[in-house]
Amino acid sequence: MTAPVLQAEGIVAGYTADLMILHGVSVEVAPGEIVAIIGPNGAGKSTLIKAIAGLVKVSAGRIAIDGRETTGTPAHLLAAAGVAYVPQTDNVFATLSIEENLVLGGVTLPGRQARARIEEALARYPMLAERRRQKAGILSGGQRQMLAIARALMTAPRLILLDEPTAGLSPMAAEELFGLIRGLVGGGAAVLMVEQNARAALRHSDRGYVLAEGVNRIEGASDALLADAEIGAIFLGLRPADSEGLRP
Amino acid sequence: MILQHIADGLLSGAIVALGAIGLSFTMKILRFANFSHSELLTWGAYFAVIFFAVAAVIGGGYGTPIAPFSFGWPLLAALLVTAALTSLLAIALHHLVFARLNRMAGHMTMVFASFGVALLLRHLLVLIFGPAPLYYSSALQFAMLLPGGVRVMPDQVFLLGLTVVVVIALHLFLTRSRTGISMRAVAENPDLARVSGVDVGRIVMWVWIIGASCAAVAGVMYGLTVQLRPELGFSLLLPLFAAAILGGAGSLYGAVIGGLAVGLSENLSVMIIPTTYKPAVPFLMILLVLYFRPEGLFGERR
Ligand SMILES: Nc1ncnc2c1ncn2[C@@H]1O[C@H](COP(=O)(O)OP(=O)(O)OP(=O)(O)O)[C@@H](O)[C@H]1O
Ligand SMILES: [Mg+2]
Repeated sequence: MTAPVLQAEGIVAGYTADLMILHGVSVEVAPGEIVAIIGPNGAGKSTLIKAIAGLVKVSAGRIAIDGRETTGTPAHLLAAAGVAYVPQTDNVFATLSIEENLVLGGVTLPGRQARARIEEALARYPMLAERRRQKAGILSGGQRQMLAIARALMTAPRLILLDEPTAGLSPMAAEELFGLIRGLVGGGAAVLMVEQNARAALRHSDRGYVLAEGVNRIEGASDALLADAEIGAIFLGLRPADSEGLRP
Repeated sequence: MILQHIADGLLSGAIVALGAIGLSFTMKILRFANFSHSELLTWGAYFAVIFFAVAAVIGGGYGTPIAPFSFGWPLLAALLVTAALTSLLAIALHHLVFARLNRMAGHMTMVFASFGVALLLRHLLVLIFGPAPLYYSSALQFAMLLPGGVRVMPDQVFLLGLTVVVVIALHLFLTRSRTGISMRAVAENPDLARVSGVDVGRIVMWVWIIGASCAAVAGVMYGLTVQLRPELGFSLLLPLFAAAILGGAGSLYGAVIGGLAVGLSENLSVMIIPTTYKPAVPFLMILLVLYFRPEGLFGERR
């Protein structure tokens, strides 16, 4: 059995020493797996992702990437070790050009490899290639999301952390993005994503965790969570009528 | 007459511009107003005094002046050496004072600490070199007469040219090198830069090196055109802040245009107000900018 790409156990973390937001959260993501974290506003979903990315100090618990302990490793070294993170907000450098955003994505790579990957990324997203010298600030919400993901993928990461990737996207654009996310895990990488849109997230993931008030509440296969009417009512805020299709 | 004021304004503006580049970058990336930045100009100027003294002992000294300038090749060596020494000083101050306070306290604490650092640095120079003015060279320099009856010192023209070279070099660094692009990324969003793999600590070192090197060059060039006193940098403090605030924190071109604008306004102001009020001009500019456009000409609105 191969080691999970991400193994986080009993994570206690917060923004200030006297107020912890997470009180012992555990998540695991296997190679090739897409895992969704859902839960109410303020549950600590973003905080958990930031703790895994090295932006929020972990006070207790342990994190391992591909079986190697990384607890307390600075964020920039985690990035070099294959952890990519797309934040919920401000996930592109608006004052930098689109090409420069991609340069940042490949900043840990040798120069020649970085340049080759930038060309690959631009070839894959013609929309970005057309505007390569323009500031990322001019992009629409969906285009920014695409650039943010392209930036994060520059290192060919092992673990991709996505915080509300479909926020602000039209249902069609969201579906498209979920398709793209499915394609990311083909080579054994793993995705951990937070979603507001719980139903859509569960439909497009393998497993899910429900987080509330900084602790794990429920976990399981995504289709089982989706089918569970009680979970739907309590944690997802779904009414039976919502059981088909995306929420607006 | 007005042409002369414009020429003087541009020339003194070039010194302010060089000094303001570092102030503007530290204001943006370290997010505090560093009141000790002006002392880096003074220390740069005095490091050159030591350089010339040492050079005199091992031979060479001030060198044979290259006409029409008052200095020879050793000045270029002095600029490099003082830039390096001033960078080391800035990095030492960062580790001893600013980095520690940044971890423990707020940004206001850092601002007040920078006042203390400024006093300390200035009075250390008084202790070491004494309060009396010093000169790099006793050679007298004659002004050049330009068309329109404008008189300028050749050294000042050299400074203007040097400023242009420094700005072009910095522009290429910020737009072409990965370190420069990373620096702009850190200025906009440090956390996003970190998770992209940028070592922010290393970028901060670069900010100090660039700021201190520009300050040292400005200090030496200022020392060349006036006498050296421990208050050399302090007397430029207000113009430096006016330039950085007018240009917008973190903007290279903002700092340069801000510096030239401050130099021009100071020099043109004497046509309408008594010379004794000239130091009030940058202060007035700061107030006007903060009132009408707090983010400066080239700064990003937050
Ligand atoms: N930078 C911060 N500094 C201090 N407290 C914060 C910070 N960011 C978030 N918090 C607090 O941490 C708690 C959890 O926030 P978090 O962003 O992790 O929730 P979330 O589950 O992602 O919510 P949402 O669905 O609204 O994105 C909240 O009480 C929030 O106020
Ligand atoms: Mg969140």
